[in-house]
Amino acid sequence: MTIAGAVQLTAFLLVLLATVRPLGRYMARVYGGERTFLHPLIGPIERLMHRFAGIRPDDEFGWKENAIAMLIFNALGFIVVYVLQRTQGMLPFDPGRFPGVPPDLAFNTAVSFVSNTNWQAYGGETTMSHLTQMLGLTVQNFVSAATGMAVLVLFIRGIARHSAHTLGSFWVDLIRSVLYILLPLSVILSLGLVSQGVVQTFDGTRTIPFLDRVVDAGGADVPSQAIAVGPVASQIAIKQLGTNGGGFFNTNAAHPFENPTPVSNSLELLAILLIPAALCYTFGVMVGDTREGWAILAAMLVIFIPFVVLTAGAEQAGVPSYTGGGVGMQASPGQPGGNMEGKEVRFGIMQSALWATATTAASNGSVNAMHDSFTPMGGFVTLVMMQLGEVVFGGVGSGLYGMLVFVIVAVFVAGLLVGRTPEYLGHKIEPYDMKMASLLILIMPLLVLGGTALGVALEAGRSSITNPGPHGFSQVLYAFTSTGNNNGSAFAGLAANTPFYNVAGGIAMLVSRYWLAIPALALAGSLAAKKRIPASEGTLPTHTALFVSWLVAIVLIVGALNFIPALALGPLVEHLLL
Amino acid sequence: MVAKHTRTGLVVLVMFTVITGVIYPVMVTAVAQLTFSHEANGSIIIRDGTAVGSALIGQPFDSPGYFWSRPSATAPFPYNAAASGGSNLSSMNPALVERVHHAVARIRSADTTMHQPVPVDLVTASGSGLDPHISPDAARVQVPRIAREHGISSGLLYALVDHHTERPLFGFFGAPRVNVLLLNLDLDGLRQTGGTR
Amino acid sequence: MMTRYATALRDALRKMDPRQMIRNPVMFVVEIGSAVTTILWVQALTGAGEAPAWFIGAIAFWLWITVVFANVSEAIAEGRGKAQAAALRRSRECVKARRLTGTTPGAGHEDVLAGDLHAGDVVLVASGDLIPADGEVVEGIASVDESAITGESAPVIRESGGDRSAVTGGTRVLSDQLVVRITSEPGGGFLDRMIALIEGAKRQKTPNEIALNILLAAFTIIFLVVCVTLLPFSVFSVHAAGQGTPITVSVLVALLVCLIPTTIGGLLSAIGIAGMDRMIRHNVIATSGRAIEAAGDVDVLLLDKTGTITLGNRMATEFSPAPGVTPERLAEAAHISSMADETPEGRSVAVLAKERYGLRGRGLHEASMHFIPFSAQTRMSGVDIAQEGSAGVRQIRKGASDAVKAFVQSAGGSMPAAVERTIQDISRQGATPLVVAENAEILGVIQLKDIVKGGIKERFARLRSMGIRTIMITGDNPLTAAAIAAEAGVDDFLAEARPEDKLQLIREHQREGKLVAMTGDGTNDAPALAQADVAVAMNTGTQSAREASNMIDLDSNPTKLMEIVEIGKQLLMTRGALTTFSIANDVAKYFAIIPAAFATTYPALGMLNIMGLGSPASAILSAVIFNALIIVALIPLALKGIRYAPMSAATLLRRHLLIYGVGGLIAPFIGIKAIDLLLTSFGLG
Repeated sequence: MTIAGAVQLTAFLLVLLATVRPLGRYMARVYGGERTFLHPLIGPIERLMHRFAGIRPDDEFGWKENAIAMLIFNALGFIVVYVLQRTQGMLPFDPGRFPGVPPDLAFNTAVSFVSNTNWQAYGGETTMSHLTQMLGLTVQNFVSAATGMAVLVLFIRGIARHSAHTLGSFWVDLIRSVLYILLPLSVILSLGLVSQGVVQTFDGTRTIPFLDRVVDAGGADVPSQAIAVGPVASQIAIKQLGTNGGGFFNTNAAHPFENPTPVSNSLELLAILLIPAALCYTFGVMVGDTREGWAILAAMLVIFIPFVVLTAGAEQAGVPSYTGGGVGMQASPGQPGGNMEGKEVRFGIMQSALWATATTAASNGSVNAMHDSFTPMGGFVTLVMMQLGEVVFGGVGSGLYGMLVFVIVAVFVAGLLVGRTPEYLGHKIEPYDMKMASLLILIMPLLVLGGTALGVALEAGRSSITNPGPHGFSQVLYAFTSTGNNNGSAFAGLAANTPFYNVAGGIAMLVSRYWLAIPALALAGSLAAKKRIPASEGTLPTHTALFVSWLVAIVLIVGALNFIPALALGPLVEHLLL
Repeated sequence: MVAKHTRTGLVVLVMFTVITGVIYPVMVTAVAQLTFSHEANGSIIIRDGTAVGSALIGQPFDSPGYFWSRPSATAPFPYNAAASGGSNLSSMNPALVERVHHAVARIRSADTTMHQPVPVDLVTASGSGLDPHISPDAARVQVPRIAREHGISSGLLYALVDHHTERPLFGFFGAPRVNVLLLNLDLDGLRQTGGTR
Repeated sequence: MMTRYATALRDALRKMDPRQMIRNPVMFVVEIGSAVTTILWVQALTGAGEAPAWFIGAIAFWLWITVVFANVSEAIAEGRGKAQAAALRRSRECVKARRLTGTTPGAGHEDVLAGDLHAGDVVLVASGDLIPADGEVVEGIASVDESAITGESAPVIRESGGDRSAVTGGTRVLSDQLVVRITSEPGGGFLDRMIALIEGAKRQKTPNEIALNILLAAFTIIFLVVCVTLLPFSVFSVHAAGQGTPITVSVLVALLVCLIPTTIGGLLSAIGIAGMDRMIRHNVIATSGRAIEAAGDVDVLLLDKTGTITLGNRMATEFSPAPGVTPERLAEAAHISSMADETPEGRSVAVLAKERYGLRGRGLHEASMHFIPFSAQTRMSGVDIAQEGSAGVRQIRKGASDAVKAFVQSAGGSMPAAVERTIQDISRQGATPLVVAENAEILGVIQLKDIVKGGIKERFARLRSMGIRTIMITGDNPLTAAAIAAEAGVDDFLAEARPEDKLQLIREHQREGKLVAMTGDGTNDAPALAQADVAVAMNTGTQSAREASNMIDLDSNPTKLMEIVEIGKQLLMTRGALTTFSIANDVAKYFAIIPAAFATTYPALGMLNIMGLGSPASAILSAVIFNALIIVALIPLALKGIRYAPMSAATLLRRHLLIYGVGGLIAPFIGIKAIDLLLTSFGLG
């Protein structure tokens, strides 16, 4: 990593950390039902929604009813997105005149956006009408993120409460998440992005003649360039903030209209981690001890930072096999150097490496460089960040409740080590809780490894592979790692728009989202019902450096141990062969 | 219970569809069109009243008399701004290594006097296939060829490259870069004025 | 010794029955793996194997060994208790009982077998007889040899009424005879339960053990998926690399067994049984493993002052005469009044009088003395002495200050102010003032003091550092209680405690979510014992106290509670340590097996062979052998438990993570390398 790269990383982290407390406190106020400066503006809209939808703001439900509400809402979202795609050819607002989307792809995309994965088996600018993008995808960008946040808030209440039978209302928290948090931040971010050159228009495409002579693959002259535009900034803002990641264009944030400058890049990068980081603080406020929140954030950063450095180092080192051809890969003030295949010059190595690590750490999945063309070690990091279970930042909401499950496992083993029935923030950890925690931990490796096994065993899976050797394996592994963790990024060389990947990936996304959310809610319900165990000298403090290190070890060991053989056959051996 | 929540869910979804799916993008578009109309519409470059390109979307250049842009992996022709795409070739993929070596060979054959290493960005495809930039070094290595081609002094061309070089923000955010289309547009201008600028 | 291990081995083999093994999912998977590799071995012997027969055979052998080792650990743990149980059982076979046909001793009796006795039957037990079943003494007093259950050879007294009325089936009456009402049904007696517990037959998994088992099962399933999917991964990789052969099933099974947490899985039940066993060796019978675990979590200890914190009896330590009274006169009066007082307190007054003033019972005629015993109504005791040659009677009284004051006043006397002050001073120091008066005159005050046991303050400090608060329960007044509490270093006290106050206190703490432990012996302790989370009854206590509690201390030593807490903590820590160790081991095993498993497909992975293991075959075998041997190596730790030293949770965690976490990372690197060197030197692999 270059010095400028190190400075860039440091500056980024400092800015991120500076936002944690104010945004975290604001969100805690919102979820606590306290007044904020936005209430005069948004309060009436919120009340209107409550009235129309028949929601009583002080109604509270137990975990089961909340889970049912969440499932119903997501099922409705799925139906809408699916139907919109299938019928977009007959609907208005389709300047590209795109026909209806085939069923397997429509299924995949609907699951993908409802589950906050935003895996895109399609090219945005060549498949989806503006109507589908706006009414289907953009709406789901908001509400799938808000679903994650609402489940998290219910989960936190489970930890904050004692001897309680309710967790709150999914509907109230869902609406708060959109109206008070996601929407205002999206408006600000989208305008910031427009100022940098991200397009925001309802026009279709603009055709402009080429300056130089251009011929296509068949040798025919191509006189002009058709430039796709659209209501991009508004979608980009929420896809970054909501850890959705589904871009307007095929190449996502590498596309100059989605991410035109280093400034827009930094803003979007910040937006990826903004809410997941601040939610840690919100958690601390809600459980009555902000140190608990900082501890979790610290654990995330302790894992995150070394991986950024590893990626940046690997990408900056470049690809040895080019050198023979007289290619200069040394970074200098005049050029970025390193492995530039699949990367944009304006971002260089550091912003690409940082983005790749952040987007896989958080389950965002947007990309500003092509992960498939990363060096083996760079690709390794992106895989590992997802395989840790999307708990290092993770998805908005879902990342933190995933991390809190790891906390419970860490507390459990640590509690044994200090000779006391484990307890976390006053809750005794009992068999039922471990059962739910185990379910949460269990399902992800099952999906990822099972899916990958299917992918490499079936011709339907193998035929989509586009890179030779171990990297071909990595492509399939990446696809199921991404869908099995609701990330959405890809080793995009894999031809993923096939019935096999659309269906298998769709199932992986479906299971990984809801299989995790429901046991998480069940766990919250169980925790909330417990009597408070007062802390004593014998209680293990969970906000110390020692506990943070232990948590990091648990996340790394539980996450990494499962995937070492797979990684050895993919990126690790590829690196050794380099 | 299910019926009650289904009703609630339907209403909430419809209202959010209106708020986040219609009002939000329309409002952002309206404000964007009012405040940043140039940027919101694609940062189109107008020369003599006609649009000649977007300042953000690259164009392919491989005539000896232009600064070349980076290889592009879009199909069916390079820099297809209606279907962005990267090569997605892995580092170890022989196809990639061969393509890089081929690109290097082309650059060297277009300027046999060139001996320094070719900056990596000039022989690798960008992620979007639409990268408008090359690195300043990648522009500078092309100066002798272009100078020879048009009979313009290298000094002027180096100055032109410097003029178009965007530095990283605060010295470290992003990477140094040169917008190839803008550079070539100015190069065209320079040629018309006969190299005296 | 040899027979013990032989028995353990035999039991271990019996435990291989899959129907038993399935209770332990981790080891069950190993057993299936052993069976699979054995079949593969047989297949290889016939010449159609996926790998050389010796290699598959060696893996199969060591997998079976792994299962056996795990079962041996459990069998050894159970073995100790079994021997004890067998002895117990022998002692009570064919016991005859004399069942009374009426309610009085003379009513006649019939001989029945002990096993036919039911609750409510009344039996006569004469000297030399075994008591046929648990019961309550309804008549008589006798010395009883309880060594069968306590191991203590000194006989104990059992009598009807009071707190020493419970007798246990299987103990022997040494002298006199007892009439006992049976309180237990056949097979449900204390000894029966004890046998069952010791044998582990009734051993149920504790909540914590279940939770850990769930986690271990989850790990097992995950690693199962890891290994199963590795086969298609390997097939694909062979295809992608264009060389090598896919991973064999035997290597996959070996990898699986190495990865799943066999160390903790194999030792888990041994740890639990050993915990029970440690209790027994401390002469504590726990009625459930759950109680032992709860003991580790105790937040509050309720301790009776008497016997636990103090030496049990107050001792006279000082005579403070009233103004104008000589110390000798006070001492003499105190002495005389205590002559008939056989309580330790009374004796201590006599002893003090003798030591300080050389007083003896001189020249007093017992006949002229009329002793007045202590009663709860008068709260005084004393003596009336008919004076020779005079009509007057010396009425000497000693007792609680207000009672004696009233006595003096009724005789026309009064309490001097100086004595009042002395009384207050003594009370403030936590001692008990005993006022002595003769007729209308106050002679002075005897100071009775509780003697706090040596070293108890340090023990409470240790408990405090473990996060346990101690609360002293005493019938004393608050002033006295506070002084003793301060001297003993307890955190809090409950003074003038009545049984219902204890119950109330326990409930209050439980409402705050705390776990409360207490000891008790009397019938009036039973409600509080039943309410407490960890209730330890003294074996000398009443039957109702024993039934209300979940542990019985055969030594009847109230300070045992602290050891019980430590054993509970040890149990959990041992589980945690071995779990951590087991999982940490996986890292090294990956380094051994992964490069070996894919040596033909991707020789480049040889870079990961950082241990420099001899060959792929020896690497895999070494990992499997290490995995089996580490179970045996850790059996002593599982049985003994991790040494517990009281320190803060954070310090403990750091320490144990270093030893078992980091140690667990490093140990297998060394172990596997050593085994590999050995194998290679034998020309294997």
